[in-house]
Amino acid sequence: MKNKRFLLFLSCFICVSTINSYGNIVEKTFFQDGISASIQQHTLLTISLPFWKSWWLTAFMALIVTLVIFFYIRLRTNSLINQNIQLEEKVNLMTNQLQDKNTELSNSMENQRRLQTQLIVSEKMASLGQLTAGIAHEIQNPLNFINNFSELSVELLEEFKEIKEESEKLGIIDDVKQNLEKIVIHGKRADSIVKSMLQHSRKAPDEKIPTDINKLVEEFFVLAYHGMRAKDPGFNCVLEKLLEPGLPLVPVIPQEVSRVILNIFNNSFYAVDERGKIEEKNYKPKVSISTRRTNGNILIKIHDNGKGIPPEIREKIFNPFFTTKPAGDGTGLGLSISYDIIVNGHNGELFVDSVPGEFTEFNISLPIK
Amino acid sequence: MKKILVVDDEHDVEHLFLQRFRKEIRSGLMEMNFAFNGEDALTFIKSLNPYDVVIVLSDINMPGMTGLELLKIIKSEYKTLKVMMITAYGDESNYNNAISIGADDFMSKPVDFSALKEKILNIQ
Repeated sequence: MKNKRFLLFLSCFICVSTINSYGNIVEKTFFQDGISASIQQHTLLTISLPFWKSWWLTAFMALIVTLVIFFYIRLRTNSLINQNIQLEEKVNLMTNQLQDKNTELSNSMENQRRLQTQLIVSEKMASLGQLTAGIAHEIQNPLNFINNFSELSVELLEEFKEIKEESEKLGIIDDVKQNLEKIVIHGKRADSIVKSMLQHSRKAPDEKIPTDINKLVEEFFVLAYHGMRAKDPGFNCVLEKLLEPGLPLVPVIPQEVSRVILNIFNNSFYAVDERGKIEEKNYKPKVSISTRRTNGNILIKIHDNGKGIPPEIREKIFNPFFTTKPAGDGTGLGLSISYDIIVNGHNGELFVDSVPGEFTEFNISLPIK
Repeated sequence: MKKILVVDDEHDVEHLFLQRFRKEIRSGLMEMNFAFNGEDALTFIKSLNPYDVVIVLSDINMPGMTGLELLKIIKSEYKTLKVMMITAYGDESNYNNAISIGADDFMSKPVDFSALKEKILNIQ
């Protein structure tokens, strides 16, 4: 009964109360006697609450709300499940894509490895190409001597037949003998050049052979110089050799160490040539090679008074494919391969010292044992 | 008599020229002198008294002073001296270089000695 309120209609006046939604009387209006004078007795009216306050509506609404929540949850759950499925699909798709990319990457890595091998071969061929010119010059000279001294010997022997004086005959015999000796010397000279060329191009065996470092260094010094001369006939440079006599034989793979020597010489000649282009007057290009024995090692020093290496690139020069030469002039592999040969192949050391505009010095240290 | 200076870094060139021109040397038509680098060649020319070399035969590719540098010096300081360049690289650029510097003649290796003999003997 709490929810109900009573209104009293009195005989002499009417009082209308306005009841707010909570049933509290907020306003009372009194009418004058006479308007509803006929109302003598008071009647008790029971006014029920508005329908929106009724319990059944409340229950109904609660039911609706519950249903709405229920369906909402269901809807959300379903959409989450859907999203989950979609996510899983996406993850699968991406995993597949990743796997594809992985295969692609490993393929391209394989390609790269193949390319690198090819490049190493082509670097070898490039240095062989540089050598060829030097070799051509080096072989041409002994061949000229062989041809000339052979021809001369035939001429001298023809003369010999006609000479009657004994002393003249002896003179011709001496000349022919000398010529034949020269032929042997120049034949051997050509032979050793061809051998070192073959050694350079052949696949290097892993076997280390006790080697005369002075002889190897000297030979490739000349070849590299003539290689440079063949490429640029105007190139000139003072060559200096300071080789310590009586060095012990060093166990090395000769064709590999000769590649290193050749690479460094080529760089030295290039460096003095570059400096010569800038300072034409009073500049005397000079490349020197020295060998000496230190504690348990043989130290090979290649010094040039070329343009030098700036400090900011000194660390990069042993990186593969790093070159400061114009495109096509260098593969950028020479020094990186050299480093590999000396440090990894021979347990040696290869380091560089340079002052830009003054000199560059490469030091190769090889253990004697 | 033709006094000749041969400049080449190959020492056996001396034996070769002496034998190739043995008859001319014996008969007094030629006199052969040798220098094994450009610097020595200049020292030799400077020391001449009387100044009677008629031709210098020079290699181009030598360590140190090149044949072309030697040619340049000879042509500026000893203008009357004839110079013939001999090189293993008988290429166009070497030839043009030598001629533009003032070489009187040019021969490529292997040297044709009978042609060279003719050229030397015809020098006035």
